[in-house]
Amino acid sequence: MKVLVFAEQRGGEFRKAAIEALCEGRRLSGGGEMIAVIIGKGAAGIAPQISGYGPDRILCIDHPLLEQYSTEGYSAALETAIRQENPEVVLMAATSLGRDLAPRLGARLGVPVLADVVGLTFEGGMLQGVRPIYAGKLLMKVRSKASPGIATTRPKAFPAVAPDGSRQTAIQPLSFDIAESAIRAKVKQLQSEAEGTIELTEADIVVSGGRGLKGTEAFKMLEELARALGAAVGASRAAVDAGWRSHGDQVGQTGKTVAPTLYIACGISGAIQHLAGMSSSKVIVAINKDPDAPIFKIADYGIVGDVFEILPALTEAIKGMR
Amino acid sequence: MKILVCVKHVPDTEAAVKIGADGKSIQTQDVNFVLNPYDEFAIEEALRIKEAKGGEVTLLSAGPEEAKKSLRTGLAMGADHALHLVCRHQHDTLTLAKGLAAVISASSWDLVLCGKQAVDDDEAQLGIMLAQILNWPSVSTVIKLELGEGKATAHREIEGGIEVVETPLPAVITAQKGLNEPRYASLKGIMMAKKKEIAETPCSQSGSEVEILDLSYPKSRGGGKIVGEGVAAVPALIKLLREEAKVL
Repeated sequence: MKVLVFAEQRGGEFRKAAIEALCEGRRLSGGGEMIAVIIGKGAAGIAPQISGYGPDRILCIDHPLLEQYSTEGYSAALETAIRQENPEVVLMAATSLGRDLAPRLGARLGVPVLADVVGLTFEGGMLQGVRPIYAGKLLMKVRSKASPGIATTRPKAFPAVAPDGSRQTAIQPLSFDIAESAIRAKVKQLQSEAEGTIELTEADIVVSGGRGLKGTEAFKMLEELARALGAAVGASRAAVDAGWRSHGDQVGQTGKTVAPTLYIACGISGAIQHLAGMSSSKVIVAINKDPDAPIFKIADYGIVGDVFEILPALTEAIKGMR
Repeated sequence: MKILVCVKHVPDTEAAVKIGADGKSIQTQDVNFVLNPYDEFAIEEALRIKEAKGGEVTLLSAGPEEAKKSLRTGLAMGADHALHLVCRHQHDTLTLAKGLAAVISASSWDLVLCGKQAVDDDEAQLGIMLAQILNWPSVSTVIKLELGEGKATAHREIEGGIEVVETPLPAVITAQKGLNEPRYASLKGIMMAKKKEIAETPCSQSGSEVEILDLSYPKSRGGGKIVGEGVAAVPALIKLLREEAKVL
């Protein structure tokens, strides 16, 4: 059984979620073959970074027109790799790139894509996945009857296994050509968040603020706590709608889904739509003035009290620890 | 400009969803169905473009008879026409996209908009697959859209920033929250929508390459403990996070 995994990299660094997809690909392939594919400038140079995750071969597609991500360019490149290798399964991480690329690829190949799965099996020659639906209120087990079976893996839903540092893998360039006219939607500019900002969906710790913070002042306190913890800052919809944080920080059904090791919810009541975005966090801490807030029903630990007092105290205690 | 907006009739996000007797679908009795919230951003954007540049806005929805309710909501917001592709609920997005593409390619359009995902299946794939089948470019998860001569500039939300993408038209654009503030249908709009005809067309595509095996409830997270009240509880919390949860 052959599994092909697209290993997403940005600026020469592999996405954490891409490593998780590689590990799942290795597990799924069992005794079969797992091929990793890297696309972009200098692909061959960074390929050794993923050797330790067990690919049998690493295919590198390095073409000047693929330096910048494009749906059309990358899906054409992956199609070439797939037609060469004929895998039974194709995986990639369900990052914003992966969720843009996979459906385009699926439609090119004429096969369905199991999107944003949290579990995978390969049974009876078909790829089966479990995916959250209705904002995670239900889980759906689905099967693709087509080949290859394509799935995108939800970030943090699959474990990243410790790499085997001694492993070396064959790195092969994959020859690929594409006409400039074939790439129509092109990235003209990248606007990045401030240097050093920890990305919400990759963070191990997230501290999040809601309506109870009452304004930007308290969010400054939250940012201090985040700095002390090395955490990313999230926000509930109420905080975003009130204009205290940008939409990119929103955690919840109409925002981002996160599953960090530790999620600290401050002044967040715990509406279903917010839980949809964070209920898979490993450990949840809630700080809220209202002892009846629904968030306490799913939090592992809670403090009832005033965030304006507790946040600084928590920050001091964390600083004292480190 | 001739703009098409693909919309979906979905359960309200407030709805408590329960698994039905067959174990593969939800109970729909007592569930309030509405226009997919992400599609509202798409319709609003289409209406703004029409107001700025002239043209007409057509809605397209594939689904059972009840989908007409959401089409009427869109008409009430101000869309000019509505097409209902009558078919049973199709959970194979690729097959659905083929059915929509067959209808869309029967006319010429400048732009197709849809919400980035439907809040029932949360797949976020239809718009992109549709574009591929139409052999059009696409830009997904768009929070800002500017139209030029035969092209569009879209701001796309990605992790840690924004991608500014330029694409020739026609293209498929999928709308993310933040693209605009959707208008509420006015009373006049609602009255006029009642009179607009919703054209029906049968679906050319059937069958599915995706099989639903079962639905299940996620493991429920039991509540934990309230460690204490106020600042006094902070040391105890830290201790538990370090020693019990081992996350610090």
